[in-house]
Amino acid sequence: MGSNMAEAHPVGFQHVVEAKRRGAKVIHIDPRFTRTSALAHTYVPVRAGADIAFLGGVINYILSDEKDFREYVLAYTNASMLVNEGFKDTEDLDGLFSGYDPETNTYDQSTWQYASHEEHGRSTGNSHVARDTASALRHESHGSPLPGGDVARDLTLQDSRCVYQILKRHYSRYTPEVVEQVCGVPQDTFLEVCEAWTANSGRERTTALVYSVGWTQHTVGVQYIRTGAIIQLLLGNVGRPGGGVMALRGHASIQGSTDIPTLFNLLPGYLPMPHHRQHETFRQWVDAIRHPGQKGFWANAEAYAVSLLKAYFGGAATAENDWGYGWLPRLTGDHGTYQQALDMIDGKIKGYFLLGQNPAVGSAHGRAQRLGMANLDWLVVRDLYMIESATFWKDGPEVATGEVVPTECRTEVFFMPAASHVEKEGTFTQTQRMLQWREQAVEPPGDCRSELWFFYHLGRLVRDRLAGSAAPRDQGILNLNWDYPVHGERGDEPSAEAVLKEINGYDSATGEPLPGYLSLKDDGTTACGCWIYSGVYADGVNQAARRKPGSEQDWVALEWGWVWPADRRTLYNRASADPDGRPWSERKRYVWWDPEAGEWTGYDVPDFEKTKPPTYRPPEGATGVAAISGDDPFIMQGDGKGWLYAPGGLIDGPMPTHYEPAESPVRNPLYHQQANPTRKVYDRPDNPINPSPPDRHVDVYPYVFTTSRLTEHHTAGGMSRHLAYLSELQPEMFVEVSPELAAERGLEHLGWAHVVTTRTAIEARVMVTDRLTPLRIEDRIVHQIWLPYHWGGEGLVTGDSANDLFGIALDPNVLIQESKVGTCDIRPGRRPTGPELLAYVDEYRVRAGVAPDRYPHVLTPRADKPEA
Amino acid sequence: MAGPNSLYGPVDPAPDAGYVDAPPRVGFFTDTSVCIGCKACEVACKEWNLIPDDGFNLLGTSYDNTGGLTANSWRHVAFIEQPTAGRGAGTDSPGAFAAMPVGPPASAQTAVVAAGTAPDTGTEPGVPPAVDALAAAGTIAPPATGPQFLGMPLPDLPGRMMDAPRSDFRWLMMSNVCKHCTHAACLDVCPTGSLFRTEFGTVVVQEDICNGCGYCIPACPYGVIDRREGDGRAWKCTMCYDRIGDGLTPACAKACPTESIQFGELDELRARAERRLESLHEQGETSARLYGNSPDDGVGGDGAFFLLLDEPEVYGLPPDPVVCTRDLPAMWKRAGWAALAMAAAVVVSFGRRP
Repeated sequence: MGSNMAEAHPVGFQHVVEAKRRGAKVIHIDPRFTRTSALAHTYVPVRAGADIAFLGGVINYILSDEKDFREYVLAYTNASMLVNEGFKDTEDLDGLFSGYDPETNTYDQSTWQYASHEEHGRSTGNSHVARDTASALRHESHGSPLPGGDVARDLTLQDSRCVYQILKRHYSRYTPEVVEQVCGVPQDTFLEVCEAWTANSGRERTTALVYSVGWTQHTVGVQYIRTGAIIQLLLGNVGRPGGGVMALRGHASIQGSTDIPTLFNLLPGYLPMPHHRQHETFRQWVDAIRHPGQKGFWANAEAYAVSLLKAYFGGAATAENDWGYGWLPRLTGDHGTYQQALDMIDGKIKGYFLLGQNPAVGSAHGRAQRLGMANLDWLVVRDLYMIESATFWKDGPEVATGEVVPTECRTEVFFMPAASHVEKEGTFTQTQRMLQWREQAVEPPGDCRSELWFFYHLGRLVRDRLAGSAAPRDQGILNLNWDYPVHGERGDEPSAEAVLKEINGYDSATGEPLPGYLSLKDDGTTACGCWIYSGVYADGVNQAARRKPGSEQDWVALEWGWVWPADRRTLYNRASADPDGRPWSERKRYVWWDPEAGEWTGYDVPDFEKTKPPTYRPPEGATGVAAISGDDPFIMQGDGKGWLYAPGGLIDGPMPTHYEPAESPVRNPLYHQQANPTRKVYDRPDNPINPSPPDRHVDVYPYVFTTSRLTEHHTAGGMSRHLAYLSELQPEMFVEVSPELAAERGLEHLGWAHVVTTRTAIEARVMVTDRLTPLRIEDRIVHQIWLPYHWGGEGLVTGDSANDLFGIALDPNVLIQESKVGTCDIRPGRRPTGPELLAYVDEYRVRAGVAPDRYPHVLTPRADKPEA
Repeated sequence: MAGPNSLYGPVDPAPDAGYVDAPPRVGFFTDTSVCIGCKACEVACKEWNLIPDDGFNLLGTSYDNTGGLTANSWRHVAFIEQPTAGRGAGTDSPGAFAAMPVGPPASAQTAVVAAGTAPDTGTEPGVPPAVDALAAAGTIAPPATGPQFLGMPLPDLPGRMMDAPRSDFRWLMMSNVCKHCTHAACLDVCPTGSLFRTEFGTVVVQEDICNGCGYCIPACPYGVIDRREGDGRAWKCTMCYDRIGDGLTPACAKACPTESIQFGELDELRARAERRLESLHEQGETSARLYGNSPDDGVGGDGAFFLLLDEPEVYGLPPDPVVCTRDLPAMWKRAGWAALAMAAAVVVSFGRRP
């Protein structure tokens, strides 16, 4: 669901095909019939942007008939925990939870907490800061913080304040009828999915859930995934073999680039980037991570933080100078990629590095991206080919419309040719958190060089320039531990293995590699570049380079590559055994307690303290790791439990709720509140948003559109549109429409059509296909269209870019853009060109009532004052 | 070593061609039931064999922009969008589009447009009558006027065009390739010896010998072999002769992520295919069938055979291919009798003279 795995992840899909061969049932739920649907047993068409309604219906099905895996739910989830009396649900407040502040459009989350945590009332004014800094991204490796102390529970699950009952009430309206009305899924098809999912879960069987950016890229993206996780927890499908919620990452090492992040708000291992006000001192920063008094492994965060600073600053980091904490940069607010683009337009950003990224094609609202980049002092682009983000100033769409004049564009562009993955050594961290080492196969041609080479030498040269500077701002760079051995044919390539060793961590005194993150210290005696990767170079051996064939080891294949943390292949695998430590069933044996040996054992590395027995109960007042019971599998959570209900940590609510996308032709059938009331918006004239109900003129953009990839191309096309063998397979930008929509709009197969939003209009060839179907939403027909987003102006095959159609509206938790659903119009024929295009789009805006001073309401207004 | 079946009938082609101690015959088993249409086979083939690209043409035949097997495309993934009326075949499922507000299918119309966009085949494609009926009903825009339909592959069999709303749907994908026939007509008609039988039982063109005469092209019952424009020579799949000789798997099979393309010893592949077919039948895929696996068919069995989910015609494959040498003995026999008869007539006519 939310994934076109066969097309976007064809290599990983071999495992689905193999599972199918062995008798697994495959269900694909997607707005259009794709190559994944072609291989599935059951395909379910769904409206883009309505997945929470669908999944909420599944939750309602499970809870109404008590089809949950009750022993698992009672022992391992927070189902029995009691929630604050002041908590009000969206059922009570018509689409809002208690604590909503219409000034900042965020929640005071104090009423969401567990009953016994009331006195810890969460600070109230910081939710919008958390949103600006996408703080929920930290939860990729651990749960949200909780106050210490035991939580009141009702193991009978009857108390009306317990999570189980709250969940049941919250989803009671998500009936099959509602699912049909909201998602367009016929009731018997929906029930077929519910029955298959529940029947294939429990002691003897597990079901895996796969998603990709079809779920992520929404203004409620995080809550989409939460809904899936709730179902999997209710059915006992987490921490067990064949279960899980599998996020398929979008590129070869995109998991790696969040673990060791290229994100503005994170440091390696999901440590938060310090905020100038919240984390003024080292102590404030560390305590904000470890939360003194809290349960779980995150309590050791000081050792991870100190070791990171020791890796950065080496001998210059001492206890006296707080390990160089003062040299770290500070966040002052939202520095996310979309805020940055807008800041460039406003002239607040002078320079920009682009590496392996092509925002002129690949980011939402391409026009804003290009106008921003056209207003820089300098821009460095490192890529394999001359991509659109390097050439927008001379032949981009804005040059055609006259908005950018090449002779006057002030941006100085430096293009640096990059080495491809076969031309450099290093690791890929794939979707399973597995690091796999890659050897260099050939020397890069000409001036092409690796990123490692670029940054190492750039850092070296900058440090040379700054040498002797006494300015406080330069001390961080001057004190960097910037010493890597070089090798290779040219003699100037930094050793990637030396970097991996630094990431693994080493003894500060001897330089010996550390065996794992448990040996990290907070006294400066260890250095570690990324605590979750610690162990990848254990025993001085590159564990990521292990390549023992699957045929020579058991099915978990521990000797292939290395998986963070601590080489565990399945996270929270303590849950694969029952509370007493015995496998739930012989068939699903994975990790279990061996009473004779007095330790956890199994096929995988146990994700639990090796010798802590299932009978262990923490003493009164215990904190940290010692507070984790012998039957608490979710050791990175503040309470050791899987969260059906999130008492904190999410900006937009403790439970997922169906909101319509920021742009939708449909009025939210479930609540008065139309769209996510906490979504991040940028109300600016250069970011117009199409009207949605209850506002008027929705019919100007009557169709739902969604975008995604084709197997034949790679994202923004930089790696495929320049290659003849790939370009010939999908040579032209096209738009897929159903025969019904084609008839309605007079579109001809292989003829031209153009798609219009408030941002722009793009053209494409028409593919009329039976793979798209209109949907019946409430009492009307809703048409969906689909576009691939691979094309741009450079390369062997060129075309308009689908991402130009989107505006900027973001999920509040992680600041991901809503680029999987929007509204549009589609018309036969090519779009106007030149300045006439602007006039054409403007004419649509006028008809839609979109004006520079008028933006959609974040909080749906109560009074019946529809916009004129 | 010409034997009784050298021109027709079951035979092991390498020993028949004179190889002594030939290795076991190898082949491809292409299981289309697990093909995901990724086209990795097409790309891997071109990368390894250094084949030129085939031009950047949007064909409109579903996701197939290759169009067919040509001199420049030795693997070709066919995509067939196949709407059906009625419930999901062989399953309890009500069908992908059951109860959806859908109208008549687009597939017939798109096929008509597509038929006019494929690379020039030398034959003029046209319009199937069923589409005219749809257009007359006013449900879809009438296709541009064009020539009459002459048998281009359509996503559905003639006479099976549905007129009811679609309720179920299949998207069939198949990676097509040279069949490496047991009785390879291309080889038999080649006057230069450029086409030859390898010790593995496969059929390969030697590019340095081919003189571009083109006899092989009409001889192939599958329409596989083709001449390259501007070059004139005939090109086709070699089953990576340069790889298998070194014990490597052919590029396409190596690149296939789902093991839709399987390479190996032909006898083993045939047994494997039978087991797979049985398993699919047990799962209710009653339309699954093998194609080209039988040594008793018109080409003596294919070295590259297929598991299909529908009639071969649906995939653009001939239902009953026959090697053009089948009738050679009979023809020679007849020619012999004719010659004898002529001779006898001559003798008789001269013998009458006193």
